[in-house]
Amino acid sequence: MTGQVRTLVIAGNGTNCEREVANACLLAGAEVADIVHIARLLAGEVRLDDYHFLNFAGGFLDGDDLGSAKAGVNRLQHARVAGTPETLADQIRRFVAAGKLVMGVCNGFQLMVKMGLLPALDGNIQQQTASLTFNDGGRFEDRWVYLRVDPASPCIFTRGLEGLYLPVRHGEGKFVVRDAAVLQAIEAQHLAVLQYSDERYQAPVMDYPRNPNGSVAAIAGVCDPTGRLFGLMPHPEAYVHRTHHPRWTRENDLPEEGMGLWLYQNAIRFVREQLL
Amino acid sequence: MISRIEVGLKQGVRDARGERVCREIREHLGIQLESVRTLDVYTVDAELTAEQLQKAASGPFCDPVIQEYAIDAPLASGFDLLIEVGFRPGVTDNVGRTAREAIQYIIGRPFSAAEGVFTSVQYLLRGALTATDGERIAAGFLANGLIQRWTIVTPETFDNQRGVPVQVPRVVSHSAVQVREIDLQVADEHLLQISREGMLALNLEEMKAIQAFIADPQVQQQRRSVGLGPLLTDVELEALAQTWSEHCKHKIFSACIDYEDENGRGETIDSLFKTYIVGATRAVRQAKGANDFCLSVFKDNAGVIRLTDDWSLVYKVETHNSPSALDPYGGALTGIVGVNRDPFGTGRGARLIFNTDVFCFASPFYDKPLPPRLLHPRRIFEGVVEGVEHGGNKSGIPTINGSLVFDERFAGKPLVYCGSAALMPAQLHGRPGHEKKAEVGDHILMVGGRVGKDGIHGATFSSEELHEGSPVTAVQIGDPITQRRMFDFLLVARDAGLYNAITDNGAGGLSSSVGEMAGDTGGFELHLDRAPLKYAGLQPWEILISEAQERMTLAVPPQQVERFIALARQMDVEATDLGQFTDSGYFHCLYQGRTVAWLPMEFVHEGTPQLRLPARWQPPRHSEPALTQWPAAETALLQLLGALNICSKESVVRRYDHEVQGATVLKPLTGVDNDGPADAAVVRPLFDAFVGVTAAHGICPRYSDIDTYHMMACAIDEALRNYVSVGGNIDHVAGLDNFCWCDPVESVKTPDGRYKAAQLVRANQALYDYCVAFGVPLISGKDSMKNDYQIGDTKISIPPTVLFSVIGKVDDVRRCTSMDVKAPGHRVYLLGISRAELGGSELYALLGHVGNRVPQVDAPSALRRYRTLNRAQQAQLVASCHDLSDGGLAVALAESAFAGGFGLEIDLARLRSDEPLTDMERLYGESQSRLLVTVAPDKAAEFEKLFSGQDLSWLGSVIAEPQLRVRGTAGDWLIDLPLATLKQAWQAPLKEL
Repeated sequence: MTGQVRTLVIAGNGTNCEREVANACLLAGAEVADIVHIARLLAGEVRLDDYHFLNFAGGFLDGDDLGSAKAGVNRLQHARVAGTPETLADQIRRFVAAGKLVMGVCNGFQLMVKMGLLPALDGNIQQQTASLTFNDGGRFEDRWVYLRVDPASPCIFTRGLEGLYLPVRHGEGKFVVRDAAVLQAIEAQHLAVLQYSDERYQAPVMDYPRNPNGSVAAIAGVCDPTGRLFGLMPHPEAYVHRTHHPRWTRENDLPEEGMGLWLYQNAIRFVREQLL
Repeated sequence: MISRIEVGLKQGVRDARGERVCREIREHLGIQLESVRTLDVYTVDAELTAEQLQKAASGPFCDPVIQEYAIDAPLASGFDLLIEVGFRPGVTDNVGRTAREAIQYIIGRPFSAAEGVFTSVQYLLRGALTATDGERIAAGFLANGLIQRWTIVTPETFDNQRGVPVQVPRVVSHSAVQVREIDLQVADEHLLQISREGMLALNLEEMKAIQAFIADPQVQQQRRSVGLGPLLTDVELEALAQTWSEHCKHKIFSACIDYEDENGRGETIDSLFKTYIVGATRAVRQAKGANDFCLSVFKDNAGVIRLTDDWSLVYKVETHNSPSALDPYGGALTGIVGVNRDPFGTGRGARLIFNTDVFCFASPFYDKPLPPRLLHPRRIFEGVVEGVEHGGNKSGIPTINGSLVFDERFAGKPLVYCGSAALMPAQLHGRPGHEKKAEVGDHILMVGGRVGKDGIHGATFSSEELHEGSPVTAVQIGDPITQRRMFDFLLVARDAGLYNAITDNGAGGLSSSVGEMAGDTGGFELHLDRAPLKYAGLQPWEILISEAQERMTLAVPPQQVERFIALARQMDVEATDLGQFTDSGYFHCLYQGRTVAWLPMEFVHEGTPQLRLPARWQPPRHSEPALTQWPAAETALLQLLGALNICSKESVVRRYDHEVQGATVLKPLTGVDNDGPADAAVVRPLFDAFVGVTAAHGICPRYSDIDTYHMMACAIDEALRNYVSVGGNIDHVAGLDNFCWCDPVESVKTPDGRYKAAQLVRANQALYDYCVAFGVPLISGKDSMKNDYQIGDTKISIPPTVLFSVIGKVDDVRRCTSMDVKAPGHRVYLLGISRAELGGSELYALLGHVGNRVPQVDAPSALRRYRTLNRAQQAQLVASCHDLSDGGLAVALAESAFAGGFGLEIDLARLRSDEPLTDMERLYGESQSRLLVTVAPDKAAEFEKLFSGQDLSWLGSVIAEPQLRVRGTAGDWLIDLPLATLKQAWQAPLKEL
């Protein structure tokens, strides 16, 4: 156990990307990448406390039937862990308080935002201040986008990065905020880690399809003020090898490692340096 | 207590769903509205406190950042017309199910059988509207009357206090449970009446076989011993009708056919299936000898081939045509989640890795009057695309390959083909993973969804053409999440070794799944009353044949039953013990301890009388376009690029997640702007190896108008050339045949049955000839034989259509080739030989003719070419590769060029042929087995050497300028067009759909 970076991916009820997220964690150097069905967490067989890095993977929790991830949030908040008075939301709050890392991708990002884990202004991780809603186009889309990284962001995951090229695959990816004050705070504290941008990663863009969903301020990914909680609509686990790139058959100078892997490498490095 | 919770967007929040509805009402119905806003309504019928209701409304049902809610009060205001659309009783309401679960978490107890949540959507329309507009919008776009009902409210009739009146679509049944007995000792006419009125779809011969069985004194005596009377029960008759239906028994493919060709030469074919399909596979496997990669063919829910030493590959393609004609969204959704259960339930279980889909529709811009009861092709298009989108995306399975095929005749019946592939451990608990066997004494476990009246008579229904009396229950709606939970559970159960056999509950429900699995042991005992029901009031026969979705049947050893059920409960999946597999020799059903069906297994499975069909082939003659009709080369190219069968399908492709699971390494859209049409996609299903899997398909219904023999040959070749084009190993590929035919049984309704049957025979002959010649074993297939529409005097028959799908191995995905040209200076080669084969071509269709010279496939030379191409790909000599199909050389040149962003300079005089050809024949002929390849100049010599002695034309080169230039044989520029113009023509038609 000691010296091991332990990562966890929660699965079940419509999570779809758990296998590739676990694979990304392993490729990035984690010793342990467990895919655990939420039923085992609720049965008390597995506890979040035994891990350093928690992943909420993409998918369609409960079919997104009540709006993306809404029913999933409700389960975390109300279902009790067998033999304890705790909910999984309680375990997550303890995990966050212990200074550990949480990353949500796509449906996992929607889950974190709607739980209040992001942007968690002033450290309040129980209040929802932003949301993700239907794309302006009214439809699900799978397409690759360019993402500008805010160099001034406190985000652990994007340290040293300028830009990313990743796929979005969602119908409800439009980032919106409760009010102007929330957006102001996000921008002032550099919590809008990723923005849809031009292909040189220079400036945020509002035009379709470069901004695929009409997100406010072109926001594609957000972190909390500590930089340890992070969520994004694009899929970093979908670009961990050269052959994931849509143009690898024509761009001969692509590195073997895909850009998405960088986020996981930063996370694993942080765990190794700070949490072990 | 019944409450209505309404949820809507706050003032100022954009309603993307409403905007889309507004746009589509204009597109579909030509009604221009000012705006549409939408509200979600939850009708909660449960014993909840006001506080609990409040908690549900404010928590899971409402997003506080963008939404507001009201309980038992309306949110609607400022509308000119309000339409609320909800489900009819008994229709699957997925959102309602999730809402119920959400409330259960909040209150910490499960709902009682009397409690439920029902959802509806309110549309608030603004604009100049009449009352009849409201009906038109509701019936013509917002709702499908088969499964939904609606309320239309005007501002004058709106109750500002209470809103729309509460409606609870609860299933109410007053009928007592009973088992009816049917007297079959009646005149023939009466027998047919019993079949017709019971929607049994059994013909006279079959009814008489059942009549003779039940009249047998020995049978009578045995029945007395188990407490049954001398008459057949409804449970027994329904079970027989299901098992003997065309859908389950494939009576036409098993028929004895008397075939006569155009010269009067006759032959008798005893079963097309055994002769040509099983026969081809047997011949191919024998020829492959030690290299035979087939593991399980024809006997399971899907075919299985070897991928690596550790993993096997499973593939199945199905059709879901009739349900998609009635309810495009629900039918297609059910189609895709339904076909997922086939590979999943093959062997002892397999994990799904990708989906494929092919749709055949009439033009979405169809502007003629439609016959009664047919939905407009555009509605079918929208509904089917969305159904498959939800089914695939929500299940987390990438959709990697597909097609849209258009022909006017698909207005009568759309074709919806859905395919699904899976990965299976080669060995599982010391036995091959593809083997399964129920043992005597194993318990019958039903897992997943509950039983309702869904799809009752689904199997018999798809064996009948649509008519006035088609029942509402024939439509099911799939539930991807219930299925996903079930799959998650079953994979854990599989790896723990908790069961001996697994199969899907599809057509025919328990009757089929238990009946088939019991073939292993020779009998079963099934307690119908133990099955969990969605609602009360189902008759025993309905429980037996219900096609309620998301259910699997398993054979679980007695000592594992407890563990199996406990694991299911922990993972939120319902599993019920319904009885046992026995060796009694009987199909035995009980209800509350009383025997309600007792049939010898042998009679159920082998008792179907063989059909006898006449077939006579007469080659048709079609008109040819006059020379004066031929357009200029450039005009033809721009028109063809915009033809529905050729134009870009990007707007549909992007709606499908083609990358989930992180394995898709060659995507369906490719090239410099990620929008070129890939020939096939490739997945790399194992994270620790570079071995890949690719799937491709061929489908050419247009050629059927000339000769189905060559249609079939071309479909096989098209699938294979797409497959090799991306790098699929031509010596490790298997095929699946999916036939969709118009009724080939001669009758008063079908006077041309002999011709249609002959078309079927010829297609099968080609299937045999070409699979054997190419060395492609068939591993699975399906047929749908009654794709006709007939109401009154109107009859529309689809063109005979075969989807030929292939799946196989890519040795190393890093050697794959895409279709976009890569760099200026590369040489452009054409592999294969070109002939004046324009019969059934896209160009002729454009000119309003069919023609007669259908393309023919020369398999030996094509196979040699494909093998050589594989070697060139392995040696990394190929920069790009694109197959030639609809629209011939000109279309392939344009696509490769604009996908790559570089121009081409081509000289038609350099094209190889063995006959004189005009320039237009060179450009637009559709000769098969041809591929367009670009090669870097420093690799050209090696490439040419590989192909020495084969048909290879060096046509020209890739140029930096974004222009397609084609020089004719006389030296003039026939085509000189900017790539942007070509791409625009290709992208325009379906961009907005």
